[in-house]
Amino acid sequence: MSDNSPWKAGQPIVSIKNVRKSYGSIEVLKGISLDIMKGDVVCIIGPSGSGKSTLIRCINALADIQDGSITVEGQEVHDPKLDKLALRRKVGMVFQQYNLFPHKTALQNVMMAPVKVLGQPKQEVEARARSLLKKVRLEGKENAYPGELSGGQQQRVAIARSLAMQPDVMLFDEVTAALDPETVKEVLVTIKELAADGMTCILVTHEMGFAREVADHIYFTDLGVIVEHGPPSTFFDNAQDPRTKAFLGQIL
Amino acid sequence: MSDTFKLPLRDRQSDLPVLLPLKVPEPDVLGFSRWLASMPGWTLPALTAVLALWPVYAMAQSTFTTERVLSTLLKWTPLLVTKGFVLNILISFLTVVFGTIAGIFLGLGRVSHSRVVRLFSWFTVQLFRNSPWLVLLFVVMLTLPFELRIGGAIIPVPDWMKAVFGLSLPVMANIAEIVRGAIRSVPSGQWEAAESLAFSRTQTLWQIILPQCFKRMIPPWMNWYAIMTMATPLVSLLGVTEIITLTRQAMEAEGNHPSLLVPFYGFALIIFFAYCYPIARLTMSLEKRFAVKL
Ligand SMILES: Nc1ncnc2c1ncn2[C@@H]1O[C@H](COP(=O)(O)OP(=O)(O)O)[C@@H](O)[C@H]1O
Ligand SMILES: [Mg+2]
Repeated sequence: MSDNSPWKAGQPIVSIKNVRKSYGSIEVLKGISLDIMKGDVVCIIGPSGSGKSTLIRCINALADIQDGSITVEGQEVHDPKLDKLALRRKVGMVFQQYNLFPHKTALQNVMMAPVKVLGQPKQEVEARARSLLKKVRLEGKENAYPGELSGGQQQRVAIARSLAMQPDVMLFDEVTAALDPETVKEVLVTIKELAADGMTCILVTHEMGFAREVADHIYFTDLGVIVEHGPPSTFFDNAQDPRTKAFLGQIL
Repeated sequence: MSDTFKLPLRDRQSDLPVLLPLKVPEPDVLGFSRWLASMPGWTLPALTAVLALWPVYAMAQSTFTTERVLSTLLKWTPLLVTKGFVLNILISFLTVVFGTIAGIFLGLGRVSHSRVVRLFSWFTVQLFRNSPWLVLLFVVMLTLPFELRIGGAIIPVPDWMKAVFGLSLPVMANIAEIVRGAIRSVPSGQWEAAESLAFSRTQTLWQIILPQCFKRMIPPWMNWYAIMTMATPLVSLLGVTEIITLTRQAMEAEGNHPSLLVPFYGFALIIFFAYCYPIARLTMSLEKRFAVKL
């Protein structure tokens, strides 16, 4: 991305500092800080309601913050003068409920934003969209409508749709939580390949085996704070905080 | 919060309220069509038979024979239909066209980001949804000029055209509510997904939200068309020569004989029923089809 942000390789691609966020009088994020380097895969885990979704929605400005700062490639996300379009083409997001556009085919879903928002030439985008659908193993499903696809297939279309914007960072919010157990794996495989290709990924997940396997770093959140973090080996085998231990004890 | 730890894994999934589809209990927007369509298919032949047989019973107190009543009605039928009912259709049609165009923009105004626009749209909708139609008709009748000067050209505004504007107002307000309801029925996840893909609010609305709810708007919109068609005789009170005005004039020309009352007005009833009944049936079948697809 050729903008004149002060960001240089070697600095965190996403930097979150002391972020506070409230809904009304309820503080959901109570001073969260974390840095993510380019190419890192970071997993955020924690009980329901601990603010994981809120945190990653703040990274692409789907939610605003009350205090602290979030930068993506050196650009302050919550600057009122921020160019939201520039931010959102840098940061892709995949949701738990897929949120595909039901009136468009898989191919159209993938092509829509680059063509309509970025104004890229249709042929070029179509070629890219077809190869992305192939990459997520959906060759032959180009003309299927979301309603005709399984949950796992829809989620992979959603991943391809995000990738079509050629983002530098991908956010995944419990993307397998709504899926049947059989289709969870195909989505995880797709994400794993993406991570292996060097994509910076921030994932909220309950798939501990997957987190252990792909993550460079795990963050455990509870009640709006980061309780504990570390590389998977130390985190899973050597958790210190009693809350982390209780959570892992429940889930593993 | 430690109690959340004890929930089984499946219950610990994200519960972001903002991602859940809105569930607003809706009043029956298809009330009229539902009622009309619920009538059996033999209603029309039955009505016609009653009309044709009516004079037999009325004969006792009149000098009119059945044949004479029917031939009188038959004589007037071409005029009643071509000069009268056709105008009713034209009025209902133009009313719905104007009302729909204005209603779409008013409905979009109801979900605008600007407070002022939202407030203005809300007020306009409330005003025109809740005013008696006859009052609106009279106000428009009396305030609109009978001709417009645009440049050098003088464009006459006939009374029936003013009636169209008057009736468009309640249609506009009700279409606005249909549009607003349809937009709100789209899950908020669609807005979020579009936003995360860098779509602007306007782009999201026109390219993602409205195409999805277009189908859902058709049945209530057709319902309003049928209601409007049935309401067109209102304009006879303002002297527009539509079917009811002509019916009254025809009966006057025939000496205002009481035996003519039921056949003549009955004929008007039948022709409205024959026109609106299929529309109502279609409305209900479309409603059923779209409901499954959604
Ligand atoms: N749009 C919202 N309005 C009000 N409260 C919200 C909203 N979104 C989330 N919350 C609240 O914020 C808290 C954190 O939610 P969330 O970030 O979804 O947690 P998690 O993803 O970890 O389950 C919850 O208590 C939730 O009810
Ligand atoms: Mg969540």
